[in-house]
Amino acid sequence: MLRIAREPIDPKAVEARVLSENCGGVVTFLGIVRERADDGRSVNGLQYEAFDEMAVSEFETVAAEARERFGNVNVAAEHRVGELRVGEVAVVVSVAAEHRDEAFAACRYAIDELKRRAPIWKKELYVDGGGEWKANACNGT
Amino acid sequence: MTVPTRVRVLAFARIAELLGAREEELALGPNPRVEDAWSALAQRNPELTVLKPSTRAARNGRIAAFDEPLADGDEVAFLPPVGGG
Repeated sequence: MLRIAREPIDPKAVEARVLSENCGGVVTFLGIVRERADDGRSVNGLQYEAFDEMAVSEFETVAAEARERFGNVNVAAEHRVGELRVGEVAVVVSVAAEHRDEAFAACRYAIDELKRRAPIWKKELYVDGGGEWKANACNGT
Repeated sequence: MTVPTRVRVLAFARIAELLGAREEELALGPNPRVEDAWSALAQRNPELTVLKPSTRAARNGRIAAFDEPLADGDEVAFLPPVGGG
């Protein structure tokens, strides 16, 4: 359900994985590489790496939790690794559900938990040289 | 004669940078724990020591405590605080 991508992500392809005849709503979240870091420094891009197998299995758990909480939802995600430039898509999470309320809620849950739990790492690459590994807020369990 | 316990260590992000490798084989003494694999790395790379409180370990793909025992052929991963998304 989570795919680790080494090439640019096509959000439509992720959406295509969740669409079904029973679904009346699809919510897709795109995470994009932003030009300015949280501390205000300018970045050229971000470098991501993942522990692929564990990220995939952790996200399977997240998707199962989303189904427990929000009912019959289809969840798919793709996360890019490698060096990304400003404006590129780093992550896509798509959720399809019978109605929009569950689709919005489950998509929010899935991206929040992916950020909190999936073994994926991000290094900010600064315009003025150097880089720094950055942890997400609310890390771990 | 004691037979060493061989484990494969996976490192990521800052930990991999400090080690200069993403993967390595370690030969540990008898009845080793996750802790011993970490110590073997930290001995060679003292900069790792300050990272320990924020590092989690995984044994064969599952989160493991540092006092969890290791068996021959295990894979141990050391995971810095995550930053995906």
